[in-house]
Amino acid sequence: MKKLFKEFTKGLVKENPIFVLVLGMCPTLAVTTSAENGLGMGAAATVVLLGSNIVISMLRKIIPDKVRIPAYITVIAGFVTVVQLLLKAYQPDLDKALGIFIPLIVVNCIILARAEMFASKNNVVSSIADALGMGLGFTLALFILGSVREILGTGAFFGMDLTGGVVIPATSFILPAGGFLVLGLLMGLFNKVTKKNPSSKFDCAHCPLQCVVKQTEEVAK
Amino acid sequence: MKTIIFVIMGTILVENFVLQKFLGICPFLGVSKKMNSAVGMSGAVVFVMTLASAATWAVNEYILLPNDLEFLRTISFILVVAALVQFVEIILKRFIKPLYKSLGIYLPLITTNCAVLGVALLNIQKSYGFGMSVLYGFAAGLSFTVAIILFSGIRERLETADVPEAFKGLPIALISAAFLSLAFMGFQGLFTF
Repeated sequence: MKKLFKEFTKGLVKENPIFVLVLGMCPTLAVTTSAENGLGMGAAATVVLLGSNIVISMLRKIIPDKVRIPAYITVIAGFVTVVQLLLKAYQPDLDKALGIFIPLIVVNCIILARAEMFASKNNVVSSIADALGMGLGFTLALFILGSVREILGTGAFFGMDLTGGVVIPATSFILPAGGFLVLGLLMGLFNKVTKKNPSSKFDCAHCPLQCVVKQTEEVAK
Repeated sequence: MKTIIFVIMGTILVENFVLQKFLGICPFLGVSKKMNSAVGMSGAVVFVMTLASAATWAVNEYILLPNDLEFLRTISFILVVAALVQFVEIILKRFIKPLYKSLGIYLPLITTNCAVLGVALLNIQKSYGFGMSVLYGFAAGLSFTVAIILFSGIRERLETADVPEAFKGLPIALISAAFLSLAFMGFQGLFTF
């Protein structure tokens, strides 16, 4: 039980997928123009992560090692399609706001990386704990990023006006440039608080999955 | 001719895939530390994006649409991209050795590059024809190239800069990317297509 709790909590701060592992940057930057979109994207990714972690963990002894990456991608793509259709049916506004980034959850590094690094090596129960923790950590980071950008860029929070017409919000924060800036500053702040700088060491192609792919290629040669 | 120039210039300057659309951020941050690897990566991206646009257009038009299988678009496109990357790798390894040596190590990284799947989905979303899809794929690859090469120039300078400990590495790179993106906003509305 204690171990499960550890698997769950590590995704929140210690191995936060965005600030520490630096995974899934594209949706992180693209959809966080408001706190609501950040939450929506985080929830969608968490559902896919949970589904794929469960299935991949169950199939971990059946999938041959050589074709595991295509197999993972197919499983993930299946869950993404489910989420995509559900959002279209029940949350059409959110679907429109997130647009192309919903199908792009397929190539979101977080999900593939968790499949490769965790679900393929652990049992179903700890994979569920891992998926929930990572998903929550991702959602939390997106929510913080989205809130900062929404408050600074539009002067509102969840669509509620905060400025009272006194302060003029800086629109550039909800434009692409603001995304890079706020994420850079938040990441720096996170490093300052935790007194670590994991991102300074990143060299191999950034996404752990890509490192894995690269290594298998080298072994194959 | 005019359309071709407008699409290419518009995609590079106005709707830059990396700096305005946030597609392909992972390689943009991960492979931009050295100019050489940035050039290699972008060569592979242009190549695969152009081919992927053509292949996914054909799959959509001749397999998915006639059979009412639009809901399988995400799955089929990612598999087409993955298969295509493998195929390109085998062909290059067998027939064009020098090109394989310079692009080879970047090819497996491209399957998970969201810009490739992104351009395939955008082509369908914008209901482009075959020629336009291929052109858009090529232009998108070029826009990635321009962004990553400019950025790797900045990052080579950042290596020697005195940055506060907490901001070393990615945080300062992201902040510089913000200014690059801000500069590209100046091109807004220059070309429309």
